[in-house]
Amino acid sequence: MSIIKVKFFARIREEMGRAEDQLDFRHGLKVSDVWNWASGDDEIPEAMLVAVNMEHVKGDPELKEGDEVAFFPPVTGG
Amino acid sequence: MKSLSSRPSREGEPAVMRVELRPAPFDAVAEVRDYRASGGISGKSGATSIFIGTMRDFNEGEEVRNMTLEHYPGMTEKHLEEICKQAENRWAVHDILVLHRTGDIEVGEDIVLVATWAAHRGDAIDATRFIIEDLKHRAPFWKKEAVSEGERWVDRNTSGYLSAD
Repeated sequence: MSIIKVKFFARIREEMGRAEDQLDFRHGLKVSDVWNWASGDDEIPEAMLVAVNMEHVKGDPELKEGDEVAFFPPVTGG
Repeated sequence: MKSLSSRPSREGEPAVMRVELRPAPFDAVAEVRDYRASGGISGKSGATSIFIGTMRDFNEGEEVRNMTLEHYPGMTEKHLEEICKQAENRWAVHDILVLHRTGDIEVGEDIVLVATWAAHRGDAIDATRFIIEDLKHRAPFWKKEAVSEGERWVDRNTSGYLSAD
């Protein structure tokens, strides 16, 4: 599966105009590359939370084929 | 979404966790009573600690009519289960019950229930506090409130104390 699945939630979903998307995987692809592809921004906003394969991640990790990347604002449950 | 699992607690006895997302209203007090009656509670539990979060009719100085709770299907359940496992590893709890609403919520409806059972109060109270604080700050849920001018996303959760807000 040579794609990366991308998901957006809450305010980010509305700003991006879609709940999910996908892009072709390439070696060396990082989370910031996916955000740049999706938004046109060079840097991931400071308050943004990122999950890879449904786990919170920090920094700008490199991705693997088939990974699911999600971008979302600070959480407000409970 | 339902999840049940058994694993050894710090005391070496099997502990039970139930984590559920609920799209429909629930009565948190009744859920605790039903869970106890179902036999899910060990006779060794001398302490029950319960936190119930309920929808307020105000937030940040404005009247709130209702709200919608969005979540990340799959990750939300996984994250809640992980929080419960961490609590079970840190405190000697026998049982953990976590229910959380999703979707459209009206004022006065329960949003979240965290209940833990342990031999002694310290473990139960501390585990409950740990679970609700982690849930509030890390579990993928997002509130969108309906106020008089329309809808707005809630930007962040409060610290939990009025004096610190």
